Amino acid sequence: MLIKKPSDIKGSEITDKETYLNRRRFLIETSAAAAAVATGFVFPGHLGDSGEAHAGTKLDGVRKSPLSTGEKKTPFKDITNYNNFYEFGTDKYSPAKKSKSLITRPWTVAVEGEISRPKVYDVDELIKLSPLEERIYRLRCVEGWSMVIPWVGYPLNALIKVVEPTSKAKYLEFVTLYDPKQMPGQRRGVLDWPYVEGLRMDEAMNPLAILAVGLYGAVLPNQNGAPIRLVVPWKYGFKSIKSIVRIRFVEKQPKTAWEKAAPNEYGFYSNVNPEVDHPRWSQARERRIGEFFKRKTLMFNGYADHVAHLYKGMDLKIHF
Amino acid sequence: MKFLTWIKVIIFLLCLIPLGHLGWGAFTNNLGANPIEVITRSTGKWTLIFLLITLSVSPLRKITRLQWLIKFRRMLGLFAFFYICLHFTTYIWLDQFFDIMAIGKDVIKRPFITVGFSSFVLLIPLALTSTRGMIKRLGGRRWQQLHRLIYLSAIGGVVHFLWLVKADLQRPLIYGAVLMLLLGFRIAVWARLTQVVKFFSKHRPTDLRRWLWGPARRRSPEHLSPHSRLLGRGQARAGRSVGRP
Repeated sequence: MLIKKPSDIKGSEITDKETYLNRRRFLIETSAAAAAVATGFVFPGHLGDSGEAHAGTKLDGVRKSPLSTGEKKTPFKDITNYNNFYEFGTDKYSPAKKSKSLITRPWTVAVEGEISRPKVYDVDELIKLSPLEERIYRLRCVEGWSMVIPWVGYPLNALIKVVEPTSKAKYLEFVTLYDPKQMPGQRRGVLDWPYVEGLRMDEAMNPLAILAVGLYGAVLPNQNGAPIRLVVPWKYGFKSIKSIVRIRFVEKQPKTAWEKAAPNEYGFYSNVNPEVDHPRWSQARERRIGEFFKRKTLMFNGYADHVAHLYKGMDLKIHF
Repeated sequence: MKFLTWIKVIIFLLCLIPLGHLGWGAFTNNLGANPIEVITRSTGKWTLIFLLITLSVSPLRKITRLQWLIKFRRMLGLFAFFYICLHFTTYIWLDQFFDIMAIGKDVIKRPFITVGFSSFVLLIPLALTSTRGMIKRLGGRRWQQLHRLIYLSAIGGVVHFLWLVKADLQRPLIYGAVLMLLLGFRIAVWARLTQVVKFFSKHRPTDLRRWLWGPARRRSPEHLSPHSRLLGRGQARAGRSVGRP
């Protein structure tokens, strides 16, 4: 029943994504232009700008990275239709349907706290802070499934260097947008909104931690955390907070949304660890989306060489 | 009778819709990114729904006094068993792929699986003794006592669901509320019956009838819905304390 039925459309006949998107953009823009002409209104610059922030618009000048994995990428369709984004409902299929209400422009990210150069960034300015790279990372969800996702973004440490943390800055606290009008899931108190996540300074400085603004070479779709999100591939997926509006540098370890919801189940560190089970289920194996058999979960999601040193001497059973 | 047979056939087919839906989804490769999760969730959900439907037959029969409703109970119960079998098979085959060690560990270590597995095991004797022959062999009373295991199984099913969700308790709590309503009805009936027995030991049967149905109960309440009939009964009962010794 799970054997994939061969598609009756030949691969050569499928319109490639770019052409398809260009066609859509053409249709949208020409119809918008026609409407503008018909109504007698033309907003200067409007047509040119509209494409820029749209999910699916191709991002230019994206560099490859040696930190990418060569594993088979999870299809775009699955990455964008199977999401845990409780701000748009707790069902995995609802963010794709309900996140259209999220308005990603204009968007600002306040960078503040124990730093010399606090600033409220416009997201388009923030995106240009550092050259964009493609980072193909494994993503392991705490629920026991995983994907391989080609993110586009740049290292978080690029931003950290710019804002110059003071000696008091020991942790970073990230906050998601809180707006129940745009995020209908926030109308129910499933979690203590807004969503909060955190990293220790040395974790945040690790080259693997990125701020992502794209997926598959194009602007991030809303359901994947547009316009800007964190990706920390050696930690369970929920650490990689989406739709960030504030990054605060703090002295004390922040209380994260999931820690508040269930402190015995979701720790601050939440590193992928096959030896430390979730209190209610095993973390030893995972199902890679698209695969039938479960595979073994790797220590630090396979990034041990890059990050194991951060946790030297720590008992990961206590600091789960 | 013929009419009932037709209804039975229709209900039987309706009960197969969830399976057909899943089967079609699997055949057309349309079950989303994580088909095994969808199959597990769906079969689990329908097990719970069928357990609740089965448990609502008796209360519904008592309220509406449509005695023939009981004729569907066995079939509905067996459909609950059918879906729990699919749910369990999905777990051991598609999810764990017959990894007996992992399954054993899960059942012992994971409370939500322990509870879910127990609920499944509890339903097995009920399915086995669902035939007419087995009812006769056991005797109605013993059969009925045995089949009260469904209460435990349904409670276990709701707890299983409640313990597996991450943060959003809404859906398991809805199932829990419906189950509490259905079990509460039985407790109310049972409490009332013990009172009746107490009363019966002191009074004549005619008094009992008056106590139960009230003195001035109209005999043909066609214009009343079954629900308001029930209410009427309650009012009659409320008035009884005046005449009681």
